[in-house]
Amino acid sequence: MSNQGKVDCGRRRLVVATAAVGGVGALGALVPFVSSLLPSERAKAAGAPVEADISKLEAGQMMTVEWRGKPVWIINRTKEMLDTLPKLNDAVADPKSEKNQQPEYARNDTRSIKPEIMVVVGICTHLGCSPSQKFKHGSEEGMAGDWLGGFLCPCHGSTFDFAGRVFKAKPAPTNLEVPPHVYLSDTRILIGDDKKGA
Amino acid sequence: MAGGNFEKYKSDGSLAGNLLEWVDARFPATSMWKGHLSEYYAPKNFNFWYFFGSLALLVLVIQIVTGIFLVMHYKPDAALNANGVPVAFASVEYIMRDVAGGWIIRYMHSTGASAFFIVVYLHMFRGLIYGSYRKPRELTWLFGVGIFLVLMGEAFFGYLLPWGQMSYWGAQVIVNLFGAIPVIGNDLSLIIRGDFVVGDATLNRFFSFHVIAFPLILLGLVAAHILALHETGSNNPDGIDIKEKKDEHGIPLDGIPFHPYYTVKDIVGVVVFLMAFSAVLFFAPEGGGYFLETPNFYPADPLKTPPHIAPVWYFTPFYSILRAMVWNFFGLDAKFWGVVAMGASVVIFAFLPWLDRAPVRSIRYRGPITKVMITVFVICFFILGYLGTQSPSYWGEKISQVCTVFYFAFFLAMPWWSRMDKFKPVPDRVTMK
Amino acid sequence: MKKILIALLFAPLVALASGGNVHLDTWPGSVKDKPALQNGAKLFVNYCMNCHGASYVRYKNLLDLGLTEQQVKDNLMFTSDKIGDLMGIAARADEQKKWFGATPPDLSIIVRARGEAGAPGAGADWLYTYLRSFYRDDKRPTGWNNVVFENVGMPHILWELQGTQVLNHETHKLELEVPGKLSPAEYDKAVSDLVGFMVWMAEPQQEFRRTLGFFVLAFLAVLFVVAYALKKEYWKDIH
Repeated sequence: MSNQGKVDCGRRRLVVATAAVGGVGALGALVPFVSSLLPSERAKAAGAPVEADISKLEAGQMMTVEWRGKPVWIINRTKEMLDTLPKLNDAVADPKSEKNQQPEYARNDTRSIKPEIMVVVGICTHLGCSPSQKFKHGSEEGMAGDWLGGFLCPCHGSTFDFAGRVFKAKPAPTNLEVPPHVYLSDTRILIGDDKKGA
Repeated sequence: MAGGNFEKYKSDGSLAGNLLEWVDARFPATSMWKGHLSEYYAPKNFNFWYFFGSLALLVLVIQIVTGIFLVMHYKPDAALNANGVPVAFASVEYIMRDVAGGWIIRYMHSTGASAFFIVVYLHMFRGLIYGSYRKPRELTWLFGVGIFLVLMGEAFFGYLLPWGQMSYWGAQVIVNLFGAIPVIGNDLSLIIRGDFVVGDATLNRFFSFHVIAFPLILLGLVAAHILALHETGSNNPDGIDIKEKKDEHGIPLDGIPFHPYYTVKDIVGVVVFLMAFSAVLFFAPEGGGYFLETPNFYPADPLKTPPHIAPVWYFTPFYSILRAMVWNFFGLDAKFWGVVAMGASVVIFAFLPWLDRAPVRSIRYRGPITKVMITVFVICFFILGYLGTQSPSYWGEKISQVCTVFYFAFFLAMPWWSRMDKFKPVPDRVTMK
Repeated sequence: MKKILIALLFAPLVALASGGNVHLDTWPGSVKDKPALQNGAKLFVNYCMNCHGASYVRYKNLLDLGLTEQQVKDNLMFTSDKIGDLMGIAARADEQKKWFGATPPDLSIIVRARGEAGAPGAGADWLYTYLRSFYRDDKRPTGWNNVVFENVGMPHILWELQGTQVLNHETHKLELEVPGKLSPAEYDKAVSDLVGFMVWMAEPQQEFRRTLGFFVLAFLAVLFVVAYALKKEYWKDIH
């Protein structure tokens, strides 16, 4: 063939063109398959925000609500419980909640919107067990003498204070997660959504 | 021809080259590439009828990929959910509505099932007219008949899964047919169903067959089919043996390397196929009521039989043959003979290599007898197919009986009519017609 | 031989004749008419959902008809409070079977189930004709019968809107005996809207499907041109 160079060039261009158009088609064809892996409408409906009524929640008590298959604790903290928090600033790993375990409106001393009401996901940030309540002081709970109250995870021994902050030198790396939530009224909290819905 | 006969790759010093040389010392990568693609010499005169093999492979891949994603969401459970609908049926609607992109995946799978049979029937027809089943390609043909049988089973098992009225009652009828086999019939039906009627047990085992067992068998048979073909080399529309005339390098004069010539040509075939496939999927996914059947939009009801039960369109020719057998013979029910005739009508394809006694392979060099016989055979196949979609009727029965007789006569009388024909001289070299 | 050939000629006609169908009016609506679909949704929820579920559809899907979440919650949700819920009903299938003789079927895909091979749109036509073909029949337990579905177990839920029809046994035509709240033309429009809603509900993404199909085919046409050029280029080598 005399025009060897020209022919090969034309051929290569067509191969590239076909591959490019075909590639676009292949990517397009991929879209429904990859989308089908995302949470379906059924999963989204089941994971929809949940309303919690705290009108009957007395001071010092805790209630549990399920959201997205996880336990969410709502604790009505007494003044004594809140007073333990500043004392523990040196004992906890992330006292100012610098790591991203809570929405902006919960990045404060009490890790909550209202100081008394704590809303937190009751799952240990180590490997996912649910910590137990250890609300009483000191050795009453079988804890060390200086224990001021909070939570103990039975699986590997991580401890958390009344704001869900993790203590230093424990297996759990971060504070308990605060879910997005909003007060629909003084006694109703919508967990799983920040914006006051339509 | 693959396997060890090709030189191992020697690196050109580049990274890719070194990697390929490393692999080639441990795995027949270059050997397989050369043997099946870049140095597999196929006749240069392949025409329109030669697209359907690669298209069948494409549809197989489409069915497997869409099947994998459907199984992520489908539930094979005949029990009723809180809304009184069988879970399996509801899970299909869940895929159609609640899973993002689910409806496309579902329609691809349902359109693909019908497309598979269209492509396979056309592929078989090519074999018929060009004598591709003849020596030395008998084994390729036999693997093909095996693929066809397994494909019919795969489609049958798959059709129960949506658990609609047609799914349920079609399965009930077909499984009861096995009950017609003397002595072992009833026990056989019980084993197939796993229960006294088609039910949850049946649904779950058909799910296993459809998703795992039969696809694996199918993949094995397809591999064997292609390996056997590549061992002998491909036939061509003129039916002549291109290996008889080779050049000084041992390459057939009328042969061209499959890659790049047929890869590039098959890509065009694929695009045209996808256009037809997409036209159906996006504009008429129900296929006029033949790809997604109307009664199947009702959930299965064991207490209510729909007015017209018919198998899906691709089974109807064989179903017609079954219904045509209405006489009792030798103390055995017509029902049993129907099953025998239906089975024989598929299996008889396997005998073609030995029934055909013509001195010439391709229809191009055969005379009017062959052309008439094949034409009438195809017409009968279509008539039987149409009649299979209709309710039984007096004339329907008579016509299907006539067509059944011709259908079997085509094969059984072939040793005689194939020899009686006039033949034209076969050329030395392929013609680019 | 001649008999068989003649038979072959007439086989298709024989097949058609065995249908035994009532003439169906063509559904006059369009699934693109959003206001009509919204009206249909209202009729469906208020009249049909007392007995029939639509258990594959979520209330959230109704937003596609151009309604806001608040409109759906206020006007269309009576038995659920979450927008993501399925449109099911509380009634139990076995009890309904006892009362009506047959369980009122779920209507999510009834338009597809009432279709006909080779006749696109037949399901909508069937429903449109059915809902306008009830007549008084004192021999039936509900007091109603239907020309399209003989001895149906369903009473004429929309009778207040249509009025009461009777079947003239001589002409075999339906006649309006007592007028309802809507004139015949208004009733036909209401039924058309309701059927339109059911056509939408059977496959909510159908409009998107057709639009996407157009783009897919256009893309494949482009791919064909380029792939064919590639083939022709390589096959220049072959003679």
